[in-house]
Amino acid sequence: MAVTAPAAPPETRSRARSGSGHKAGRQRIGALFIAPYVVFLVAIFAYPVGLAVYMSFHEYFFAAPGAIVDRPFIGLDNYVAAIKDPAVLQSFGNAAIFLVINVPLTVVLALVLATALNAAIPFRTFFRVSYYVPYITASVAVVGVWLFLFNGAGLVNNLLGPLAPSPSWFVNSTLAMPLIAIYVSWKQLGFFVLLYLAALQNVPKELYEAASMDGAGRFRQFMSVTVPGVRPATFLVTLLATITGANLFTEPYLLTGGGGPNGASSSPVLVMYQEGIQQGNAGYAAAIGIILIIAVLLLAGVQRLVLGRK
Amino acid sequence: MRRRVLSTLAVISLGATVAGCGGDSAPSAEDAAAATGPIDIWYANNPEEVAWGEAMIEAWNAENPDAEVTGQEIPAGTSSEEVITAAITAGNAPCLIYNTAPAAVPGFERQGGLVSLSEFDDGAEFIETRTGERSAQYQSTDGGYYQMPWKTNPSMIFYNKDVFAAAGLDAENPPLASYDEFLATSQTLVDSGEVQAAIWPAASSEFFQSWFDFYPLFIAASDGQQLVEDGESQFNNPAGIDAAGLWAQMYERGLTPNENYEGDSFNDQVAAMSIVGPWAIAVYEDVNWGVVPVPTPAGAAPEEVSTFSDEKSVGMFTACENRGTAWEYLKFTMSEEADGQLLELTGQMPMRDELPTTYPDYFSANPDYEIFADQAARTVEVPNVANSIEIWQTFRNAYSSAVIFGEGDVATAFDATAEEINNLASEN
Repeated sequence: MAVTAPAAPPETRSRARSGSGHKAGRQRIGALFIAPYVVFLVAIFAYPVGLAVYMSFHEYFFAAPGAIVDRPFIGLDNYVAAIKDPAVLQSFGNAAIFLVINVPLTVVLALVLATALNAAIPFRTFFRVSYYVPYITASVAVVGVWLFLFNGAGLVNNLLGPLAPSPSWFVNSTLAMPLIAIYVSWKQLGFFVLLYLAALQNVPKELYEAASMDGAGRFRQFMSVTVPGVRPATFLVTLLATITGANLFTEPYLLTGGGGPNGASSSPVLVMYQEGIQQGNAGYAAAIGIILIIAVLLLAGVQRLVLGRK
Repeated sequence: MRRRVLSTLAVISLGATVAGCGGDSAPSAEDAAAATGPIDIWYANNPEEVAWGEAMIEAWNAENPDAEVTGQEIPAGTSSEEVITAAITAGNAPCLIYNTAPAAVPGFERQGGLVSLSEFDDGAEFIETRTGERSAQYQSTDGGYYQMPWKTNPSMIFYNKDVFAAAGLDAENPPLASYDEFLATSQTLVDSGEVQAAIWPAASSEFFQSWFDFYPLFIAASDGQQLVEDGESQFNNPAGIDAAGLWAQMYERGLTPNENYEGDSFNDQVAAMSIVGPWAIAVYEDVNWGVVPVPTPAGAAPEEVSTFSDEKSVGMFTACENRGTAWEYLKFTMSEEADGQLLELTGQMPMRDELPTTYPDYFSANPDYEIFADQAARTVEVPNVANSIEIWQTFRNAYSSAVIFGEGDVATAFDATAEEINNLASEN
């Protein structure tokens, strides 16, 4: 015997049609609203990435319009050369060192400071502004200060006296990259503190009251209420810090004179700049860029699995 | 419908981007070579060269109202070479750029961005007559001249006479000719406590930094060799290893710091010496300076010492539509009179033979510059080879590791790098 589903009452069907039509209309307006951003995304992101992929499969270099130049298809040669290039491998290793230091440091410091700045402490506005100032100050200016602090005859070495490292900080192959990671953490901290401050406003006060009534102290409240309460913000901070770190360029370019000593502070983007812009190997630089995109996407995927789950 | 709208937007934006990046196509070489009319030029942004550039344009425009020249400073960027590379790619490079680095010329050529000046009937003859034997260093591998050698700043050792005297050294005839003298003098200077460093070239790893530490000494020690000659590396010979060895000892003994100084160490009087050309005279007005040739292993006579040219050329770019005017203007600005004005306004040496006898009045009025005019006749350029910048970066990386940071043996490092550089130089 055939079983048929009972027909929906006329009123329900009518409401469904009406809802669907309304939704479609809303989508048309939505499409119009997002169109400028789609154009932006295609022009500024999708097209360059597409071009980079094309370049990476060719012996590509930038040429004058109309110039007859030979830029043959070379398959995966650029990728093979990149993963065998000691300078590229070293730069990715450096980026890993940077991220291992920078991302946890950023998350922990930003969350702790945001929690402190969210509490009723004296001079709260002053502190909030103070942490934000490095973020909005031009890198070139801030880098000058750090060079003054950490050069061989700088303030830090004078304070450390016989404990000062030799070679000095930015020319020390062991210390250069960790110091850059600390510099970037410090400089970006204000922005991430701001993200956490916003997230903290959404943590219900009742949870703290309940925890307090259950006998939880400040630390227990922080670990059991604050940390889980700002989990979406932690995911965002981790993701942004990873992307920013993977794009590291200005700091090694300025602080260590182009990735020195001996490439100990070079980054993938710095190598891309040297290869693609300075040396004219744009196809090779594009291949490094695509590898970097894939690496960041993989990292982001892992972060989403660990931190982004609901 | 929605998909169609989004697809249309995507296609429009892609098309707009491509069109925006494309720029105008270059005119055909034959048409452009004979064409006359207004042209644009770029020049460096230091006040002395701006003054010279403006004076040249004013003089030309007064006589050539139908072919006016418009000048501007090279747009700001990380370096002139990167700005020029971008302008070539975008198709909006000017007709002439008065500050083209010879090391960048092979790259610009590869981009199809430069006009061969040899294509003009009197092109090669003009360059060779003005610059003499040195012009051969500016010829590209196909025999053409893709640059007009313009001016040189021969690298020499500036020293601070007051610091030398305070350290008990002869400030008028300083012992700096041989490597042994240079080391001993440097040690005396630092030991005296008058300065933090004997000499402080940049320790950073940009490709061009070797032009201001290793290369002048290598040229002097090798009697005028280039880094690469006939596709073969030359720096791993005894002259190169000796020159690098001197610097390695300077770093090892702490006479030269292995980190960058923020500022001009010589002008700030934290270093007693500097390797630089005559452009710096205007900068060092607060220092009681003297100048000597760069040292050689055994201390050669000054008149036998060659050095790095630190030359800048003029390039004519393929985006130029009125190349006939550009060529005439280029010759106008390379005339004896124009070169004399350049000398007068900037103190930099025009790439012209017999400077002291051509401009005797200038050198008798400015005796400080005479030694540079003499040295200018014995200058050596960077090699004009494929992958020029990559070669210099490869060399710098090896030099930085073995010499500045003392990791490994210099000779071994140079041999390995020489092979790598030979491969780069052989690519086309």
